[in-house]
Amino acid sequence: MLTLDHIDLLAGDVPILRGVNLQVAAAEVVVVLGPNGAGKSSLLKVASGELQPDAGRVMFNGHSLGELTPAQKALHMAVLPQQSLLTFPYTVEEVVQLGRTPHDSGRQLDAVIVEQALRATDVHFLHQQTYTHLSGGEKQRVQLARVLAQVWQQEDDWSRLVILDEPTSALDYAHQQLVVHLLRERSQQGCGVLTAMHDLNLAAQCADKLVLMCCGEVRAVGSPDEVLQEDLLQEVFQVRFHRVIHPQSGRPWLVN
Amino acid sequence: MKRTSRRTLVAILMLMLPLCLLLSLVVGPELILPFSTTDSPQAVSNRVIIEQIRLPRALMAAIIGATLAVAGVMMQGLFRNPLADPSLIGVTSGASAGASFVIVVGAGLFGAHELLGVSFVALGAFVGAALSTWLVYRLAATATGTSVATMLLAGIAISALAGALNSFFSFIADNHMLRQISLWQMGSLSSASWQRVIWAGILLGGLLCWFPRYAQALNALLLGESEARHLGIDVDRIKVQIIVLVALVVGIAVSLTGTIAFVGLVTPHMVRLLIGPDHRGLIPCSALAGAILLMLADACSRFLLAPGELPIGVVTAALGAPFFLSLLHRQRAQIVHMGGA
Repeated sequence: MLTLDHIDLLAGDVPILRGVNLQVAAAEVVVVLGPNGAGKSSLLKVASGELQPDAGRVMFNGHSLGELTPAQKALHMAVLPQQSLLTFPYTVEEVVQLGRTPHDSGRQLDAVIVEQALRATDVHFLHQQTYTHLSGGEKQRVQLARVLAQVWQQEDDWSRLVILDEPTSALDYAHQQLVVHLLRERSQQGCGVLTAMHDLNLAAQCADKLVLMCCGEVRAVGSPDEVLQEDLLQEVFQVRFHRVIHPQSGRPWLVN
Repeated sequence: MKRTSRRTLVAILMLMLPLCLLLSLVVGPELILPFSTTDSPQAVSNRVIIEQIRLPRALMAAIIGATLAVAGVMMQGLFRNPLADPSLIGVTSGASAGASFVIVVGAGLFGAHELLGVSFVALGAFVGAALSTWLVYRLAATATGTSVATMLLAGIAISALAGALNSFFSFIADNHMLRQISLWQMGSLSSASWQRVIWAGILLGGLLCWFPRYAQALNALLLGESEARHLGIDVDRIKVQIIVLVALVVGIAVSLTGTIAFVGLVTPHMVRLLIGPDHRGLIPCSALAGAILLMLADACSRFLLAPGELPIGVVTAALGAPFFLSLLHRQRAQIVHMGGA
């Protein structure tokens, strides 16, 4: 559904991304991993059309991303940036309602979707609170609810995609698990997920496909089992991990 | 704080608007009670005062107040900063410089003539406003779009430049011109005639009707520019449209009445405190509230020093500044209370 084809991205003369290829299929969860400055956020920005690549092309649902109008794109793609800049005193509910801006689906349906999104991210009990008074983790969950509400349901025959830049960075353990399950659940509903994360074990839990980045290049792509190799991780992160198998999920679990 | 619903506030303001209009017809150097049916010479002269002086003036105050308040809403939304106001993009200072130029240099050329009821000073102010906004905009526009941060800095620089020009014209002006310049800068509604009010009503009224359609876009813009883009808003196009429209309406307003401070800054703030930042309510409510505020301020300006008249800019600033400071204080107290959140 989303295809990045030989992407090069420069900041001035400095290469940020070099020859990056990436595919996200419909209903697939793809997690991008890598150390600071590896180009994870830049990759997501190219995928969302926020940055124009210097070479290569991005295709979304069979169309070149640059040719879609913002309105067309917003019906099927929602993006959560790393930080939120909102300083105006919206209520939590109003923030999530903004996620329905691209849609013309009527007030009733919007209200239903907003409520479902609020419950899914465990912020429904805050819905009348002022957004600016919330804690960092609560804000992050509200923004996640807004982004999910934007692509909550199928509009037409195009596949949907959410792009999330570190959606769990400010969350406690319980809510990290909640988000992992939520992303799995959204993907089962047919919504593709492309997300950057730092926690290898969380990534192993929720990903269909892992993309390991280093210095602007894709170092490895594959299932968690294929990518989370001790030697490979040491090379990329400069840390020695020991890999075991999680007794319940059967997925790789890394200890250092 | 508990919010008022949008509809309730609109209803309250709609009710207050005619009352304030009535009040500003009654109040002045002389209190004139309406609906006197006698035909004494006094009553006839009173009727003339109301019809020819107070009514156009009150209407002008309402139109200008609504314009400045809505322009303030738009700028605060666009810059995502509750302290923004139209003067940020150089409109006001450019208008001042243009007016001073015409007062000092143009007096010899044109005399005190008028063109369709609009003085050359007003035209000069409008041209100055348009020029400085255009410059600010050009400085901030790049191939990849308009940077709001650069625009802010360019606005400060161009305002300083216009300020320097203004000082220069004041420096070479004679005493009479100097008084004219400083009076113009304090703003005044005393020149309101029916002809001017009709001009203002058609131009500003028409343009103001255009603004509510940006409500959704501004709501999304408060999240951030790239967030708004991801919500399907064509941010770059909308930014240009809003800047042009605001420059246009503020240019017209300033050229008709001079600079009137604080209405554009304080009104959106007050309305936001009551109904929250949703622009679908904020734009119409601010327009109504701005109209009411400026009518009241104008009534004060005529009443306080009667039979003389306080410049309206002095009244709005004197009322606006303390209010604004108390607002800041409250906000800070709230932040401390929230533990720095």
